[in-house]
Amino acid sequence: MELRAYIVRRLLLIIPVLFGVTLLIFALLQLFSPVERVALYVTNPRQFASVADMIAKYGLDQPVWVQYGHWINQIFHGNLGWSTVVSQPVTSAMLNFLPATLELAIFATPLIIFGGIFLGSKAAAHKDKAIDHATRLGAIVGWSLPTFWLGLMLLMVFYGLFTGLLPPERLSTEMNILVHSESFTQYTGLHFLDAILNGNGRVLLDSLRHLVLPVMTLTIVSMAFIMRLMRSSMLEALGKGYILTARAKGLDENTVVSKHARRNALIPVLTVSGYIFAGLVNGVVITETIFNYKGLGWWTWQSAVNLDISGILAFALFNGVLFVFTNLVVDLLYARIDPRVRLGGKVT
Amino acid sequence: MTGLRFILYQLRKNPLSIIGIAILLTFIIIAIFAPIIAPPPEGHIDPYMIPRDGYSPVPKPPSEEHIFGTTQGQYDIFYGVIWGTRSAFRVGLIVIGVVLVVGIVLGSIAGYFGGIIDEIIMRVTDIFMAFPALILAMAITVALGPSLNSVIIALIVVSWPSYARLIRGDILAVREENYVEAARGIGGSHFRIITRHILPNSIYPTLIMASLDIGAVVLSAAALSFLGLGAPEGYVDWGQMISFSRNWIVGPPGNPLAYWYTVTIPGLFILLFVLGWNLLGDAFRDILDPRLSRK
Repeated sequence: MELRAYIVRRLLLIIPVLFGVTLLIFALLQLFSPVERVALYVTNPRQFASVADMIAKYGLDQPVWVQYGHWINQIFHGNLGWSTVVSQPVTSAMLNFLPATLELAIFATPLIIFGGIFLGSKAAAHKDKAIDHATRLGAIVGWSLPTFWLGLMLLMVFYGLFTGLLPPERLSTEMNILVHSESFTQYTGLHFLDAILNGNGRVLLDSLRHLVLPVMTLTIVSMAFIMRLMRSSMLEALGKGYILTARAKGLDENTVVSKHARRNALIPVLTVSGYIFAGLVNGVVITETIFNYKGLGWWTWQSAVNLDISGILAFALFNGVLFVFTNLVVDLLYARIDPRVRLGGKVT
Repeated sequence: MTGLRFILYQLRKNPLSIIGIAILLTFIIIAIFAPIIAPPPEGHIDPYMIPRDGYSPVPKPPSEEHIFGTTQGQYDIFYGVIWGTRSAFRVGLIVIGVVLVVGIVLGSIAGYFGGIIDEIIMRVTDIFMAFPALILAMAITVALGPSLNSVIIALIVVSWPSYARLIRGDILAVREENYVEAARGIGGSHFRIITRHILPNSIYPTLIMASLDIGAVVLSAAALSFLGLGAPEGYVDWGQMISFSRNWIVGPPGNPLAYWYTVTIPGLFILLFVLGWNLLGDAFRDILDPRLSRK
């Protein structure tokens, strides 16, 4: 019963936040002149010829609340404007670039989460031993590393020093032509998956080769965060009374650590998984920029440096909404796992 | 009580925090003595613009004249990284300073008065925190027009909410304490109660942790600069120097590491700077976290 009440309360809470998110993006928009803002309503480049008509049509010379109404209406109809950098509507640009970014996330996320949890709990279980010092130092250096610098250094070593071993971009030219040819069916847009479905080993190998460095760059920086959190929450769990009980009744150390301590220590890690998502999105922009890996992040960067507002604002809005829902899922999971959350009743 | 002496004792016990302090002191000295370490050449007007030695697009390796070499466009790397320390401190100090003031004001109001004001302020922070920070910062910088000031404003806008929330939490924890009740009982004004009784007793740990976030702020600023949204070309800025090196990651065939200095040196400066703050922050986190310290 309480869980249901909590879910309803939590769902109602996202309505004002989503409204606020759109309002914030809309406020940023107001920093531009109506002529520049027309790009957000255009669905076809020919419409740029009649800017005055567009301004009149979407009420860009009207009071802000009227404009907001028009704008939000457009968004609900799936029209986010025109992306000049890739010469296509924003919505289709996002759909086209999404698979590339998903491909990165599919490999990086499990590595970040499981790697971080594993190393963090290893360090805590061997507090003040060599492995603890090594992971601690690794975490703090990883946390201080500029993502963009790490990526470039990796590129210098694995592309430069070992000539062409792990190249930038998504596919080599030859494979890119093959992928876009008649004989290759693109089922999902995820190259490695399409390669498996097509039974093409060369494309698979090539796409994996291109994924190693970006995934590594993304992982190292984000993993440090989880590792640190897991270590401290594990240390706290290991000091609890139930661990003493478990040890006293003669359980072996492995069971104590993995069954009793780690499960409880995971709760704080779960609460920040929303931040891991945010970290991943931030990291994707930088990583894709460095490796010239043409996904959502790369497109956002191109939009930003070319001052293409429709692209960057659409991406920000998209992520804001996605992040709100990620946090919703995290909170619900949390309430399911830890009864104190919903019984306490107060969510602050 | 976590007295100053206890903190100093704990810091001395931890070798990593000593390294952190040493790194930061070095950077402070570099920033102060930048005009002596890397004097601007004769007739150079703005010391915050890196002097150029010609316009050749190819970076030149370290030499007598340019001890760290030059980037593309012949910007002197040594000059850039030394004076870049000043930019780093400037961005970090301004952002954290403003964010803390905003955080303390809004956090105290929300935590002390509670009710509808609290609800409104917290929902506003929710909205700002609903975005991945770098993405929102990018959008703001683009909207304001790319420049170093836009980067500073963008970082302030994206980071104040978390501090406001932290400080609100600190204040909630002491709001009902006896000494606050007593101050209220003798008729102290809200302003006096907050500034004289609540804040001094609650926010120091948060203030310390927040000030150590300077490293993280500088890292974000460098990322924005690297993406091409920060300082104008040629400004003393570490992130921008790394973006200069992007086309020179791989050298000519046979000598793949020919241009190593263009990317490695500015990157090491950023890494060490952020590392210094984080090492110190880590030590303080252990000291200030009552669950972990003093078993």
